[in-house]
Amino acid sequence: MNVKVPLFLLLFPFAAFGQGFAGLGTTAADNFDVPELGTVFEFPTDHGQHETFRIEWWYLTATLTGDDGQDYGAQWTLFRSALEPKRTESWDSPQIWMGHAAITSANAHFHAERFGRDGSGQAGVTAVPFEAWIDDWSMMGAASVGEDALDEIELRARGGDWSYQLSLEATGPLVPQGQQGYSVKSEDGQSSYYYSQPFYQVSGSLELPSGTVQVTGQAWLDREWSSQPLSSDQTGWDWFSLHFATGEKMMGFQLRDREGESFTSGTWISVDGTPIALAPRALVVSPLGFADVEGREVPVSWRLRLPDYGLDITTTALNDQSWMPTLFPYWEGPIRFTGSHDGRGYLEMTGYEPAQN
Amino acid sequence: MILTTAQATLSHWKRRPGQLLTLVIGLALATALWSGVQAINAEARASYDSAAQSLGQSTLEILEPVSSETLPQSRFAELRRAGWLVSPVLEGRYRLGDRTIRIRGYDPLTAPVAMQPVNLTDPNDLLGFIGGTVGFVHPETYAGLELSETDLEIYAQAALPLGVLLVDIGTAQRLLDQRDAISHLVLWPDQPAGLESLRKLAPDLRRVRPNQTSDAARLTDSFHLNLTAFGLLAFAVGLFIVHGAIGLAFEQRRAMFRTLRALGVPLQSLVIVLASEVMVLAVLSAVVGVALGYIIAATLLPDVAATIRGLYGAEVTGNLQFRRSWWLSGLGIALAGAALASAQALWRVSKMPLLAPAQPRAWLRASSRGITIQLGVAMGLFLVAGLSVQYFSGLIAGFVMLGSLLLGAALILPGILSALLNMASRLSVRPLTQWFWADTHQQLPGLSLALMALMLALATNIGVGTMVSSFRLTFTGWLDQRLASEFYVTGRDQADADALLAFLEPRSDAVLPIWRVEGALNQHPGEVFAVADHPTYRDNWPMLRAVPDIWDLLANGEGVLINEQLWRRDDLSLGDTLTLPDGPNLQIIGVFSDYGNPKAQAIIGLSVFDRVYPNAARLGFAVRIDPEKVSQLRADIREEFDLPDTLMIDQASIKSFSLGVFERTFAVSGALNILTLGVAGFAMLTSLLTLASMRIPQLAPVWALGQTRARLAQFELLRAVLLAALTTVVAIPVGLVLAWSLLAVVNVEAFGWRLPMFLFPSQWLVLGGLTLLAAVLAALWPAQKLARTPPGDLLKVFANER
Amino acid sequence: MLVDLKNVQKSYGDQPVLAGVDLQLDAAQSLALTGESGSGKSTLLHLIGGLDQADAGEVAVAGENLRQMDDAGRAALRRTTVSVVFQQFNLIPSLNVAANLSFQARLAGRFDRAWTNALTERLGLSGLEQRYPEQLSGGQQQRVAIGRALAVRPALILADEPTGNLDEDSGDAVMSLLLDLVRDTGAGLLMVTHSQRLAARLDRRLMLAHGRIA
Repeated sequence: MNVKVPLFLLLFPFAAFGQGFAGLGTTAADNFDVPELGTVFEFPTDHGQHETFRIEWWYLTATLTGDDGQDYGAQWTLFRSALEPKRTESWDSPQIWMGHAAITSANAHFHAERFGRDGSGQAGVTAVPFEAWIDDWSMMGAASVGEDALDEIELRARGGDWSYQLSLEATGPLVPQGQQGYSVKSEDGQSSYYYSQPFYQVSGSLELPSGTVQVTGQAWLDREWSSQPLSSDQTGWDWFSLHFATGEKMMGFQLRDREGESFTSGTWISVDGTPIALAPRALVVSPLGFADVEGREVPVSWRLRLPDYGLDITTTALNDQSWMPTLFPYWEGPIRFTGSHDGRGYLEMTGYEPAQN
Repeated sequence: MILTTAQATLSHWKRRPGQLLTLVIGLALATALWSGVQAINAEARASYDSAAQSLGQSTLEILEPVSSETLPQSRFAELRRAGWLVSPVLEGRYRLGDRTIRIRGYDPLTAPVAMQPVNLTDPNDLLGFIGGTVGFVHPETYAGLELSETDLEIYAQAALPLGVLLVDIGTAQRLLDQRDAISHLVLWPDQPAGLESLRKLAPDLRRVRPNQTSDAARLTDSFHLNLTAFGLLAFAVGLFIVHGAIGLAFEQRRAMFRTLRALGVPLQSLVIVLASEVMVLAVLSAVVGVALGYIIAATLLPDVAATIRGLYGAEVTGNLQFRRSWWLSGLGIALAGAALASAQALWRVSKMPLLAPAQPRAWLRASSRGITIQLGVAMGLFLVAGLSVQYFSGLIAGFVMLGSLLLGAALILPGILSALLNMASRLSVRPLTQWFWADTHQQLPGLSLALMALMLALATNIGVGTMVSSFRLTFTGWLDQRLASEFYVTGRDQADADALLAFLEPRSDAVLPIWRVEGALNQHPGEVFAVADHPTYRDNWPMLRAVPDIWDLLANGEGVLINEQLWRRDDLSLGDTLTLPDGPNLQIIGVFSDYGNPKAQAIIGLSVFDRVYPNAARLGFAVRIDPEKVSQLRADIREEFDLPDTLMIDQASIKSFSLGVFERTFAVSGALNILTLGVAGFAMLTSLLTLASMRIPQLAPVWALGQTRARLAQFELLRAVLLAALTTVVAIPVGLVLAWSLLAVVNVEAFGWRLPMFLFPSQWLVLGGLTLLAAVLAALWPAQKLARTPPGDLLKVFANER
Repeated sequence: MLVDLKNVQKSYGDQPVLAGVDLQLDAAQSLALTGESGSGKSTLLHLIGGLDQADAGEVAVAGENLRQMDDAGRAALRRTTVSVVFQQFNLIPSLNVAANLSFQARLAGRFDRAWTNALTERLGLSGLEQRYPEQLSGGQQQRVAIGRALAVRPALILADEPTGNLDEDSGDAVMSLLLDLVRDTGAGLLMVTHSQRLAARLDRRLMLAHGRIA
């Protein structure tokens, strides 16, 4: 789809770093709810939408291996942005939906973007039975009675000349991030509600212009909602989800600051799913190698160190050009890492602006 | 050398500013009428285009319901969830205060960029829009809205088409009272691969390609061609003035040209200087003309816009822009016209012998050879007119015929007048009368250009006047027949309509359904109506052609009636078959007249309609009732159903609306008519003024023989009136032939209907009176000048022998 | 040799006008051409002035063969070498005296203000410069025409009955001026006249009869 929608440049503040609008939407105004420490998640309700919060997402990344022996990555994301903290059943409901999907291989990166709203059933999320969808893209709960709705899901998405269809099955529990799901995003107290399901085993097929590829692999789902995601000095983030060969997982992110030191945080997840929040700034990330991506200098290779856990790894991207040229462009793609630990994961980088000439 | 020569030729104008003024004004007036008309056309076309473009109608495919007015909005989500990139649109007419506007509701989240004329990038703007509190209209439409009549916050947005209120899809559904309904789905230009086909997913929807030329542009084409023809006609009249003025200026300078050449100016340089002079004057006049044209167009545009809205439902801006297309065409036609008008004079200069007697001649002397040539050309033109109507069809052929006819009639005029004057001269006995006729005859060549212009203007006036009056007579009679029912009402939805029927039946003499579907008839945009078997139709419906027992056949579903437009356009006959949109073939059993409708139309019986269009909305009814009870019924319905006034209309209101549209349509023709007559009057004045200055040598002997100057001036006045009267007499039959061509040829080609012709002699009398008045006014000044000529000037004629 | 005609023939339709004329004129010489009406004297003048073309024979003016010139060449000759003074004064009615006087000189690109002023003075036109031709008497108009012809300093002046439209007194006055000025400028003069009295005032005189030099 080469037609850009000239819409809501300001709608999705979390993605708006590149546009230089980072200062907007960083305070919760207009009666939006804000995350509070100590709130306990209630499932399956919390799998659904939280319309009184400004933004929310259902964000899934999968590291895959094809029957052709090649590495692949798949992304499926549904964003919700509220213009007002309410929801109705008709067209005047102030909830806006945006979908992003992609398939990445070593030499290609396919992507698509969709927009929608409440009022017709074109897009939305229902907690019971669980489904998040926009158009024919869908993340549908397939779990048996008694299981968590997200334990088994069917995932599908389609772009101009590609599509995928994946079945996911969780081998571990849901993992609350931060302090029991209260995730701090800066020292000024910006925060979100955040939980993950990092234990998916995946199988399915990718329909590519070159043909069908059967794939298997691992996937990671992030659920996050908030009303005040970032502080105005923060210019972007670098976010890692890592599947260690040992079965352990780690989520780590760096929020880059315009002037001061960057803020890092993360969660170490043991094999049984027990989360251990990392101390602020315990994780040290440093860019190793840059690639020219759409006129921007983007660090596609990183060194990550976490001395407490003996972690010292180097990440490399499957495809340096894993660029999402969406309304709010960002880099999102599968990585491999080696060093003290080996494994695969996903990297998301926002806020890299084109070089000024 | 060129400069020195130009100084000499141009010095002529300094000595005769009146002549210069005539030339410039004549060309400017001609250019003004032409470029004014072109400006109107250009503005209208630009409006159609921008309307089509700003809403993506010229680029995007749509899916529309086959057999109903709307489709449920659930179809939108269904198709989206099947992967098709579609976006919903709901359109409808909406009454806001005393103005009806078109509402267009769309979904800014799923609409392709090409149909998004407003910027909603600010979340607050988007919130207002989808929250249903905000709408956008074109600034010009905004200016005419009664904002107090709506709770919407309406903003002006120049990128929008005129007359359209752009709102969110949800807002449109609320305003139009069509919950969960959409008019059509817009398809994105690029669709994902591997989707299930639309034929399978949506057999009830039809895929419609974008219109490269908008509907409005196609429907109004003939209207604009008509205007263009008027502009061209006015230009032709103006050209006569220019031809006269240029011819005169060249004749008066013949001696100077000869002297210049004797003094060593090469012929080539002289021709170049003179041609450049004409072109410079043409450019000057064109600038004035284009400016005048702008004023004319700006004055007429609101009327034209109203006409087009009434006739075709298309919106045209009331604000005129200075577009290159039309001012360039004005400039071009002024230059071309000046070139045409001066070609003969320049040719004569180039062929002028160096040594022939250097006296003004030719055009003052009766030129029987010229008259013969003109007669020949006129005959040729009549032949062209006859051939074009016989062997060619189409509007262009119609106008070729009109043009040849008028020009031929103009050219033949001097011959006719000459013959008449000869006859009068031979019949008169008294010497002074004899001199008067002979002298008048001698003036003829000098006046013939002006008289030809006058004849054209008069004939046009009579022709167009006859057409308009005939049309009005026919149209009002036809309205009486066609609008036989006293009251018309439409339900908002099917439930409404069903309840209305039950409500109306006991309260009226008859309730007749008016159900319709839109669709193509023989590839023309058209509509199919269903009518009940009722005396209202049997007794009143205006049929042009009909088989016997036509109403029985129609009621039995054994045939279809078509309107005159469709019948003529496709040259159909009774007994031919017509394919209904998505329906069966039916035999054509009748043709009815349908004035003012640009679309093709077919009428079928209710039984066929029920069978073929079971899903069509059945919302409208015509009600037969005592006219005195109409207002009570209207009040009762409002009470009972809370129906808005837009859905109820009585016979009297439709009639006055239709007649209003009619009057406005021809207001423009009327204005152009009067302007043309004015131009012709001006031509007459300038010709008489020119002649007056050359008259002295001819009048001096008569004066010397014992006639007073006052008496001579009276003769001058009388002559002008006489010639104008004779011209009027010739113009009447020409005008009637013109009217016939307009009614029987041009109207048929332009609009698809033919009108009977009626004669209005009282109009001719009024026009004749006006013409004589104009002639007297034009002749008064030159005559007065003559009456005051000092005797010394008359004496000079004898003293200063040439 | 300023003018050299050899066996010049000219007819209009079937009507022979010149039937073989030989004529020579030296520089600064004046020649009167007399003869009956229709004897062809004006036609001869027109041929020398390049206003018309001979059917046969040779016409040379200032060493140039007129029969080999096109319209532009003959026009150039009239602008610069030969000036014509007509019986009818042929002034440009829409230009004033000053503009008429300098007109041909401007055309030829030879305008000389001092010379033009001197001419104006000698022709007795001072104070009339801003008038238009129709505001002048016949004698005054012809004086303007003579001034116009001389302003360009031509090698040859052709005059066709220059005083034919004037009464005897003003005719004599104009003729004296013309002869004086021609002598002063050193131009050749070829004048057509039917008046023997005027012809006698020129260096030579020739009579034309039935298209031949008598």
